[in-house]
Amino acid sequence: MKISNLLRIAWKAIQRNSMRAFLTMLGIIIGVAAVIAMISIGQGSKQSIQSQISGMGSNMITIRPSSNVMGGPRMDNTSVQTLTEQDLIALQKQMVFINALSPSVFSRGQVINGPYNWSTTMQGVNPEYFTIRGWALKDGVLFTKQDVKLAAKVCLIGQTVQHNLFSDGEDGIGKSIRFKKIPFKIIGVMSKKGENAFGQDQDDVILAPISTVQKRILSTIYYQTIFASAVNENAIENAATEIQQILRTSHKLQKGTDDDFTVRTQAELINTFSATSRTLTILLTVIAGISLIVGGIGIMNIMYVSVTERTKEIGLRMSLGARGIDILLQFLIEAVMISITGGIIGVVLGITATKLVTYFMHWPTLITQSSILVSFLVCFVTGVFFGYYPALKASKLNPIEALRYE
Amino acid sequence: MDSILVEIKNLSREFKMGDETVRALNDISFTIKSGEFITIMGSSGSGKTTLLNILGCLDKPTSGAYFLDRINVGALSKNELAKLRNKKLGFIFQSYNLLARTTALENVELPLLYNSEISSKERREKAMNALEAVNLSDRIHYLPNQLSGGQQQRVAIARALVNDPIVILADEATGNLDSRTSYGIMMLMQELNAVHGKTIVFITHEPDIASFSKRTILLRDGKVINDTINDRIRSAKTVLQNMPINTELASILK
Repeated sequence: MKISNLLRIAWKAIQRNSMRAFLTMLGIIIGVAAVIAMISIGQGSKQSIQSQISGMGSNMITIRPSSNVMGGPRMDNTSVQTLTEQDLIALQKQMVFINALSPSVFSRGQVINGPYNWSTTMQGVNPEYFTIRGWALKDGVLFTKQDVKLAAKVCLIGQTVQHNLFSDGEDGIGKSIRFKKIPFKIIGVMSKKGENAFGQDQDDVILAPISTVQKRILSTIYYQTIFASAVNENAIENAATEIQQILRTSHKLQKGTDDDFTVRTQAELINTFSATSRTLTILLTVIAGISLIVGGIGIMNIMYVSVTERTKEIGLRMSLGARGIDILLQFLIEAVMISITGGIIGVVLGITATKLVTYFMHWPTLITQSSILVSFLVCFVTGVFFGYYPALKASKLNPIEALRYE
Repeated sequence: MDSILVEIKNLSREFKMGDETVRALNDISFTIKSGEFITIMGSSGSGKTTLLNILGCLDKPTSGAYFLDRINVGALSKNELAKLRNKKLGFIFQSYNLLARTTALENVELPLLYNSEISSKERREKAMNALEAVNLSDRIHYLPNQLSGGQQQRVAIARALVNDPIVILADEATGNLDSRTSYGIMMLMQELNAVHGKTIVFITHEPDIASFSKRTILLRDGKVINDTINDRIRSAKTVLQNMPINTELASILK
């Protein structure tokens, strides 16, 4: 039996019942379209989260103080005071995998410019912070190391702050604003950074020299955070280990005691988010997979009906010389053709649906080749799996009885 | 052309119905030579259908032997039987058994699809020739529901001819047709037998139909009770010519 003949026979049989074949296909079409669309949406959100996190500075490493006290009252991380200038100097001296370091402190408060006022955060950093974050100036100049040394009362403002403190068209450079009663001179405006992965407005900030914020506002010698950047993305892990070792030595921590600081890399953040969106993707895929199984059962149901209904045809084919295997293959190929054709239509429909979602709802989507391939494979397997038993039943018919079947 | 195509020797076929054993065929023997036109007659329950199933290689005897073209059918596997049916036999059924929503040509091509030695070009050619042999060349793309009963049966006959079988087996092939159309079919059978030298085994319960054949085997209760050469063969063509002509027959008689 030639395979071309088998395909021909199966195709003719589907054609003879094209409406029913289409309705059977519908289950598969919806299933596959759902799989493609769901995976694309899942992958799209995963990718967009990843790129947002990388946008924060992909090589960035964050060092925060943490409590190593077990039991008893444990305090909030920002109130733990373990990171000092000594640590910074130790890091600067010994660093190999790090190319930039900036300590940081934060202070929330009201900022005032004449009639305007706005509640925002003042962040104290040193000039290397801008390299670490990959954050460029829009207008004006950055503060210098000299400004840090002198605890100069200068600042840079984010665009949200600019919008809230100045009327349209006014950039505010050279103006003096007051934060917690202390006047600061604006020397520059930062470029727009947008929202971070948590939905926080990164432009709602005033950046000032670290020493200024420490001494004049917070009256502290401690740092709340130290930002560092690894020399390149591959060095992130090494850099994190390096930081941990240097700080443990600097803090004179005994072996076996916990760190009194935490080192977080972007990779960890990315992993956390990837895990979340992976869960989402799995969930969506499972739902879509269930609809494929339902589609498969639809095929099985119709194939059973078809075998019963075409008993006489099967008897005829056998009397004309069809072997059991020919009948089995005919029905199996019919089932696979229905599922594969449904799969093709489903893929087209799924891609269309994905594009529509992107276009109308502005959701990030990503159509992956693997999702298309997997859908096809699943369709094929569904066809074979759910088509096999009806086909086997057909091939086992006794030609004499089948011919007499009414 | 006197070679023996079918040889049945002491053949019996039993069926188990619960505790009882029913003997559908009881120790029958006969031979069929090439070029014969035989009718097998008998009332219902006489074993006609069982005999046809065995002759058609759809069933095997319980005891005794059946040789088709010197091949011992009883010793063959299911798949070998299927191959034998495909190459050596042509079936014609009472209810035509054409595939619905399938053109006459495709219906006739059907047996050849199960023969991998035949190319699609050959298949088409053979099917066209077979349809020409039954005078349906002008109806090749018609669907069964666009054809009359007689025409449908002629498509079925073309399908039985297409693989160039050594024996054509017809099971009550005129059973669903009115007498005029039946004569038309018998005329075609006589023509296939006389002109194309086809060996035909025609199962019927109508003595009227049997009178067109060369030999009649009469079955009763699973035994051959009469096997006679018909010395007064009627010509279906003559019978038809003596009947009022209608349009469908006109096309056959042309």
